[in-house]
Amino acid sequence: MKTILYIIQKEFKQIFRNKGMLPIIFVLPLIQLIILSNAATFDVKNIKFGYVDHDHSSTSRELIEKFSASTYFNVHTDFPSEKLASQAMLNGEVDVVLEIPAYFERDLQKEKHNNLGVTINAIDGAAAGVENVYVTQIIQNFNKNLLVDLIQSSGSPKIQPINIVTIPSFWYNETLNYKTFMVPGILVLLVTMITLFLSGMNIVREKEIGTLEQINVTPIKKSQFIIGKLFPFWVIGLGLLTVGLTIAKLIFNIPIIGSLPLMYLYTSIYILVILGIGLFISNFTDTQQQAMFIAWFFTVIFILMSGLFTPIESMPKWAQIITEFNPIKYFVQVMRMVMLKGSGFMDILPLLLKTLFYAIVMNGLAIWSYKKTN
Amino acid sequence: MNTNKVIQVKELTKVFGDFTAVNAITFDVEKGEIFGFLGANGAGKTTAMKMLIGISNPTSGKATVAGFDVFTNAEDIKKNIGYMSQKFALYDDLTVKENITFFGGIYGLSRKRIKEKAAILIKELGLENVANKLVGSLPLGWKQKLSFSVSLIHDPKIVFLDEPTGGVDPITRRQFWELIYKASHQGITVFVTTHYMDEAEYCDRVSIMVNGKIEALDTPKKLKEQFKVDTMNDVFLKLARG
Ligand SMILES: Nc1ncnc2c1ncn2[C@@H]1O[C@H](COP(=O)(O)OP(=O)(O)OP(=O)(O)O)[C@@H](O)[C@H]1O
Ligand SMILES: [Mg+2]
Repeated sequence: MKTILYIIQKEFKQIFRNKGMLPIIFVLPLIQLIILSNAATFDVKNIKFGYVDHDHSSTSRELIEKFSASTYFNVHTDFPSEKLASQAMLNGEVDVVLEIPAYFERDLQKEKHNNLGVTINAIDGAAAGVENVYVTQIIQNFNKNLLVDLIQSSGSPKIQPINIVTIPSFWYNETLNYKTFMVPGILVLLVTMITLFLSGMNIVREKEIGTLEQINVTPIKKSQFIIGKLFPFWVIGLGLLTVGLTIAKLIFNIPIIGSLPLMYLYTSIYILVILGIGLFISNFTDTQQQAMFIAWFFTVIFILMSGLFTPIESMPKWAQIITEFNPIKYFVQVMRMVMLKGSGFMDILPLLLKTLFYAIVMNGLAIWSYKKTN
Repeated sequence: MNTNKVIQVKELTKVFGDFTAVNAITFDVEKGEIFGFLGANGAGKTTAMKMLIGISNPTSGKATVAGFDVFTNAEDIKKNIGYMSQKFALYDDLTVKENITFFGGIYGLSRKRIKEKAAILIKELGLENVANKLVGSLPLGWKQKLSFSVSLIHDPKIVFLDEPTGGVDPITRRQFWELIYKASHQGITVFVTTHYMDEAEYCDRVSIMVNGKIEALDTPKKLKEQFKVDTMNDVFLKLARG
């Protein structure tokens, strides 16, 4: 235990003595949050809207009227049949088709709820996600008792890109403010990238300068060394989360609906996964450059497949399976759930357990592959 | 087993791919001895040393260091040895004191003991004025002396020095050897590699490695007699030329 403290003490001294490091840790997050969350806006305008009205009642007309009134939807086509509507979607003449079933008005009054069909052209998955939200918002505002059914558009194989996307998390961002949606995700990137790079580089650096060899000739236990090495970065990761959340709250005014302790609990486990990956990378590389490249490689894949910029639901099946191994995906989900939806412990428990499992596996691998003797 | 032989090596071999860096070397080192381990660049000295200190797995052969087997008890060996690598391996971004504290700490010394050790060590090396300076700012010779002292911080039985005086000026080299003698007088066995043949003369016994093999091993005096020359330098040249 005492040995670990000596390592931690040394590590913190080195980190805070490194003049290039402090700005990276505390200024970079700010810049990244501001630039990325402003650049990565998903606002979609001028959506080509069409509808099939089987009901022709005053209620159905009223609903369509709502879409006409919206500034997001502009072209309005009344399709006589589903068939013609999907044909138009194939030709790219329409982005969103709303289908109102027969007896819509009657059933809504009688049974107090009803279903609507919405078909969205998801060639651009991100845009489709946004359109989905807009449609849902309008319908929900119109009548809370309406359920939106997303229809899998039935087309010939050559129109593959057309499918349906749902992004449940959009539903909880009621103001349709994309900063609200992006900031929790960018926060995730920040915590991930900085802890991964710092921890991975750090150990390889000791390899490069030869001090790792000097440590390997001491009787220190592998676990002592690794815990001592990684703990400071675990603390820095949580520090980053704190800086990020503060910025999110103060600068972006992002609502933090859920429980802060829950976010910290999840993040503290999540960082263990990242540190395990960092250590694993450093065990298989000899220079900081190599480690950097590999860390980048994984980060880019993880980010692209995290659901942060492209909805996972719009990825091909095989890609969706790969995302199951993406820790960033879990973190993005949890942050959005807790921050924007106010999800509780039980809601995120499955994700928490998966992450914990991941952490155990990664750190197990990392400790196993760390060899004092080559 | 002869308890006076703190290092016993038999047919120790290290192969990298299809290149044999250390080729079946056999030798013993007596307790308290200063053992010179000579050889040209690339002869395999560092590779052999790394096997003895438990950070490199031998390909074949046998070796015990401080009574422990290098194959099965590497971690026990580490408690009993000090090592100063060919490449300077203290932290440049920590001060003299912090380096001492850190290595004392990971060898498991108590805080009190570390304090005592640090004070003695700094005084001995005459580093009082720079004790709180970053090691990176010190001249090489000072760094090397510090690094040697740090390798002795946990009072090991044997110390392995890999070219400790490489690139150091003659005066500092002289002082360095005084430190080595002092350690030796305290009963510490010294295993040292060097390219300076005058230093070879200071050793109790020397071995000379050529292309992974030990080609000669004796006291400097006997080696000179054996090769009928006046200096260790000539012994070395005769052997290295083959
Ligand atoms: N990890 C390795 N993989 C492959 N070859 C290696 C490795 N380590 C050392 N060698 C080779 O083994 C040979 C012996 O190297 P070693 O460092 O032991 O020599 P040395 O006697 O210490 O030389 P020097 O006086 O230059 O320090 C060299 O040819 C070197 O290139
Ligand atoms: Mg060498």
